[in-house]
Amino acid sequence: MATNPMTQFEVYRIGPEIKIGTFDISFTNASLFMVISSIAILLIFNLSSKKNSILPNKLQLLAELSYSFVSKMISDTAGSKAKPYFSFIFSLFMFVLFCNMFGMIPYTFTVTSHIIVTFVLAAFIFIGVTIIGFVKHGFGYLKLFVPSGVPVVLLPLIVIIEIISYLSRPISLSVRLFANMMAGHTMMKVFGGFVISLGIVGGWLPLSFSVALTGLEILVAFLQAYVFAILTCIYLNDALNLHH
Amino acid sequence: MIKKYFFQLIFFNLFFLKEVFAAESGGMPQLNPEFWVSQIFWLILTFGILYIVLSKFILPKISGNLELRKSQIQENIEAAEKQREESESKLKEYDEIILKSKIEAKNIFKDARDRSLKDINSKREILEKQIDEEIKKAEQEISVLKKTGPEKINKIAIETSSEILKSLIGTNMNNSSISAIVHDLSKKNGDKYYGD
Repeated sequence: MATNPMTQFEVYRIGPEIKIGTFDISFTNASLFMVISSIAILLIFNLSSKKNSILPNKLQLLAELSYSFVSKMISDTAGSKAKPYFSFIFSLFMFVLFCNMFGMIPYTFTVTSHIIVTFVLAAFIFIGVTIIGFVKHGFGYLKLFVPSGVPVVLLPLIVIIEIISYLSRPISLSVRLFANMMAGHTMMKVFGGFVISLGIVGGWLPLSFSVALTGLEILVAFLQAYVFAILTCIYLNDALNLHH
Repeated sequence: MIKKYFFQLIFFNLFFLKEVFAAESGGMPQLNPEFWVSQIFWLILTFGILYIVLSKFILPKISGNLELRKSQIQENIEAAEKQREESESKLKEYDEIILKSKIEAKNIFKDARDRSLKDINSKREILEKQIDEEIKKAEQEISVLKKTGPEKINKIAIETSSEILKSLIGTNMNNSSISAIVHDLSKKNGDKYYGD
């Protein structure tokens, strides 16, 4: 009986060991759930966009609603200039959402509860947004670190703070998602363990907590995917429309 | 029994924790770099494929359909607007036609009335002329009669009075004296009977 709440996050190899040079790129349970999430997204959206009718059926309505949801989110936060990045943000949102949601099924693996996965996504977004900012504004993008209307005396301090906050974006973005997923799943495991250990007499209380936590975790799974996507939009907005 | 079970569990827990600690320093599998490269590789692979397929094949279809629906609705609205305008213009045309035909009917009616009035008037004039002529003729006759009437009456009076005298007296009286008396009387009372 694996009662350690951390064992659910263990990565293990499925199938043979694959090596490229010194790097181990074996297929693991994490890879399995990345593949499952991607295939699920592609399957659902392919099926729902196969028959394009003027009056949509339920599946098509789902695809169109999520399309307009993400599209509205982008245009609200980053404006119309962010249109070319729509498909990236849509895939990002869907990928994180599906990974989070698949993690909610018992005995599955949560891809996004690993800091390395979220950090790679966040670092990619950070580097991409920085490149877009420099391409659009040249060195004028550095004005992002110099807010207008600040006294000259305070300016060096403010610039340093701004630079630190900018550089910590990928860390905050990745840790937010990873920590939320890990904490939630650990807590659910702990309460599940309490149900077993307190038995039939006292186990009802942690069981009810567990049920409530499941609902909360589903909400968190959606919310964190939304936050991840909307923060990406906000960073993109900084790069596209320089306000300072 | 529950107590025993509980202790057993705690024991196992501790046992497992020790195992985890031994296997991965810190107890967080996330910080074990053994499969980091594998995770990065598979993440890039799956997310890359997902992004390419979504952006190249699926999202354009969805957006195309949304656009199609929007444009279709717009088209339908425009067509409805057009038809409304058309029907309004038709209605106006119809109103105009009705108005025109009303005026025409009025004109025709007026014409007919005028014509018939003229007809009646001319006919009446002719009739009046005829009546006038008749009246004139009758008046002439009357005036002729008026002129000749007293003389005839006088003559009749003379004849009858001479007859009456003859039968009364039995002898022929002188006509001239009778006529003189009659003329006298008629002159005296003629105004009473034949006044103009």
